[in-house]
Amino acid sequence: MDDSILEVVDLSVEFSTYGGVVQAVRGVSFSVPRGETLAIVGESGCGKSVTVQSIMGLIPMPPGRITAGSAKLNGRELLGLSAKETNEFRGTEIGMIFQDPMTSLNPTMTIGDQIAETLMVHRGQSYGSAARTAVELMEKTKIPEAGRRVKQYPFEFSGGMLQRSMIAMSLACNPSILIADEPTTALDVTIQAQILELMLELQRTENMSIILITHDLAVVARMADEVRVMYGGQIVESGSVEQIFYESAHPYTLGLREAMPSNRGDLTRQLAPIEGTPPDLFDPPKGCGYFARCPHAMKLCEADPPVEFVVTKTPQHRASCWLQHSMAPGVSSVRQSHHSEGTDDG
Amino acid sequence: MAEQRQASLVETVALKKHFYVGRGQTLHAVDGISLAIEENEILGLVGESGSGKSTFGKTLVGLLDKTSGQAFYKGSLLPQKFRTEDFIRYCTQMQMIFQDPYSSLNPRMTVLDIIGEGLQLAGGIGRSEIRDQVVTWLEKVGLHSDHMSRYPHEFSGGQRQRIGVARAMITKPKFVVCDEPISALDVSVQAQVINLLNELKQSMGLTLLFIAHDLSMVLYVSDRMAVMYLGALVEIGPSNDVFFSPKHPYTELLIESNPEPDPQIESERAHRPIEGEITSPINIQPGCRFADRCPKVQDICKHQTPQMTMVSDNHGVVCHLFN
Repeated sequence: MDDSILEVVDLSVEFSTYGGVVQAVRGVSFSVPRGETLAIVGESGCGKSVTVQSIMGLIPMPPGRITAGSAKLNGRELLGLSAKETNEFRGTEIGMIFQDPMTSLNPTMTIGDQIAETLMVHRGQSYGSAARTAVELMEKTKIPEAGRRVKQYPFEFSGGMLQRSMIAMSLACNPSILIADEPTTALDVTIQAQILELMLELQRTENMSIILITHDLAVVARMADEVRVMYGGQIVESGSVEQIFYESAHPYTLGLREAMPSNRGDLTRQLAPIEGTPPDLFDPPKGCGYFARCPHAMKLCEADPPVEFVVTKTPQHRASCWLQHSMAPGVSSVRQSHHSEGTDDG
Repeated sequence: MAEQRQASLVETVALKKHFYVGRGQTLHAVDGISLAIEENEILGLVGESGSGKSTFGKTLVGLLDKTSGQAFYKGSLLPQKFRTEDFIRYCTQMQMIFQDPYSSLNPRMTVLDIIGEGLQLAGGIGRSEIRDQVVTWLEKVGLHSDHMSRYPHEFSGGQRQRIGVARAMITKPKFVVCDEPISALDVSVQAQVINLLNELKQSMGLTLLFIAHDLSMVLYVSDRMAVMYLGALVEIGPSNDVFFSPKHPYTELLIESNPEPDPQIESERAHRPIEGEITSPINIQPGCRFADRCPKVQDICKHQTPQMTMVSDNHGVVCHLFN
């Protein structure tokens, strides 16, 4: 953990709505290793986007409120900064791209002007030089005919080209971290493959860290070094991409993997959906958030929130699940069966 | 072809759907598709957005008029333009499940009215009988009879898609077009809907056209797979053959673009994304539609439109490389 660039500790975020207070993020901690990709996986509503938006100062307050925690970028606290201070690191040290590039861009400004604006604000470049840099950035993100397209408006771009423009914009000030929130969810697989390759290439050349937020385990398998699985506003399992895929320890991680088809191995395997729905974050359960849907739930799980256990021999692989407790009944058999199922699929 | 027509449940011959987009321009959404769907099979239809797969499905069930070409259901010609009486006649034969469970359900109708509408349209059945059947179907799709008097906004995405499934199935159709039925849903819920469709297919003897862009799911679900590009069919065959030994360069690249949920496979395999993007379906020129992106392009591809070649009994490819 020495060479981490961003360190988030015990982050909690809630929103006041007329229906009550939603505890969207409930004590999330992770650190982002330098030059590597950390993927945060989970279903809609699990709090993955809120986590990164609160780091970026993008949560509207009110109704949002960061109730606890810290996020340190190279040792400097990001939470609780003034709007002016937030603007200084946002866009320069951390860049961000979003799921829907069409609504994240200004429809009344040309693409080139929007990229140039970043440079003028953060770097104090003149319009002329910023516009030239904009063309270079668009070439770097492989937008064909950048010199002509720089003068076009977002509606003249396809989804893939818009996402490339967003990447160009976020790279303008050489950030050390790129946060990508479902960057390819709205795109076709062919364009997704192009964007993922571009992100990997830029990560190598610019030595960037990436925080990738996605619900797609296949994208995680392609991109990630480290993975955090989120459920009900908490991280339930963390580990390297191999540990998460081949030694899944939390029943939710396993459930996600068994709910999707695999193209190798047994094609006739019945998909195993996760029954039920995610917990109500207006009134989060007292014990484990996954209790109601978990096939291995014990009495203890309903009453007490699980603590984080080290799963395998490496201390980096951890799961918040009582089944990992050395006294848990039948743990070995559960984990044994997980393991054999895992190898069958892979 | 003549004998096939009798055996197939649904067949299209050179089916076209063009949209006139102004300034004398024509958008060739579906441009001459000929294929047959056999009884009791699931045909998966894949392709990028803009390839015309949804338009094809909608044209089949009569939601869009045909520009030219024919579609047959059980050997009888379907009307070029569906009128009210055609919808009444065919609503007990063909149905559709839509992609977006949010916009495809009328927010002002109760679940009872939404699901029961097909039966009401088909006629010959009383209000209380419709009610009973709606209750049966709510339970079949895993919802509760209490849900009947509620409105769509009171349900989650997965539940709404179940309502959409019940709505389509209640008239006991033989043929159902599923237009991306799971792409708006979370992974854990996708499996619920897929298993439900599989069960219903078994119990009702359904034939499905399963439109999706998730190749792994199409491989998992369907018996045969058809690949569309820019309004035209490029490859069709048994799912395993098309997925594991694709012939058309486009299919090859499409399948290579599809990431696998396995980090080891992902780190070992080659990654060469298709260059460029799907071109505009407006004012299509002669020649192969994929020629401008194809890594194996030849001279002939640029001026002569390829025809379907059979590489095995039931595996066809539309590419000059196989002529």
